Amino acid sequence: MALEDFVELKLGHHTQDGIEVVDVEGEIDVYTAPRLRELLIDLVNKNNYNLVVNMERVEFLDSTGLGVLVGGLKRVRAYDGSLDLVCTQERILKIFRITGLTKVFGIHDTVDEAIAARKAEK
Amino acid sequence: MATVEVTFTPLPAHVRTARLVATAVARRSGVAETLLDEVRLAVGEACSRAVEAHRRYCPAEPVRIELTDLGGRFEVVVTDAAPPEAGPDASGFAPAMDTAAVSATNGGPAPFHPVPAETRDGAFPAAFGLAVISGLADDVQVSSTESGLSVRMSWPASPTAG
Repeated sequence: MALEDFVELKLGHHTQDGIEVVDVEGEIDVYTAPRLRELLIDLVNKNNYNLVVNMERVEFLDSTGLGVLVGGLKRVRAYDGSLDLVCTQERILKIFRITGLTKVFGIHDTVDEAIAARKAEK
Repeated sequence: MATVEVTFTPLPAHVRTARLVATAVARRSGVAETLLDEVRLAVGEACSRAVEAHRRYCPAEPVRIELTDLGGRFEVVVTDAAPPEAGPDASGFAPAMDTAAVSATNGGPAPFHPVPAETRDGAFPAAFGLAVISGLADDVQVSSTESGLSVRMSWPASPTAG
């Protein structure tokens, strides 16, 4: 398979229990992160202020991707909303730890757990 | 000592290719499988920073990477060609960022602080990527050269047959 044939980033979203779940698969880097940013902006513009980003199928995340997630968090917080993450992969969690962002995001093991935690806070 | 050199047009799409090449050469050089993710991320951060600098100041110039098997260490040097006057401050680095702050030998936590939520949307300053690198690479040195900024990082590697 040629490099250019590789699917670098797949994005999808669905509503679950009143919360918009964003499914991300592939690599979030300087090339692909703008697509995730556009999706998050679009969701907020459509009045979705409580988001869960499912990163269980993310294979790579760099600081550009972190910037997009922080940007998304800022946007939803402007509407008293939330942006939680689902991630159990150590290689992805490591960059959150290095940057201290584990204190900024709610990071959960499953989508159901993230939604339950968010509902409990409301 | 075996060296692989890669130059690429400063386009974001090519950063992934650079990561893949770096990871492959690291594996070939004897870097432990458990460290390959760190190599991949650190090289990606360094290349992303260089691509941003080139796109701003010298989009026609290629970004250069050197990957060297030093026989016991694997070294990566990412060099940009941004003009010296476009140094750290002008190219979006945090004003307080200096070589001493970036240089680090692992064994402890990276010299970094949690990111404020008000960080600008969609992109962190370039110094953020360098700070991430300092938390990943076993040894990091950032220096200004005549041709631009050089990010040198290395990891332990088992000597290979060559």
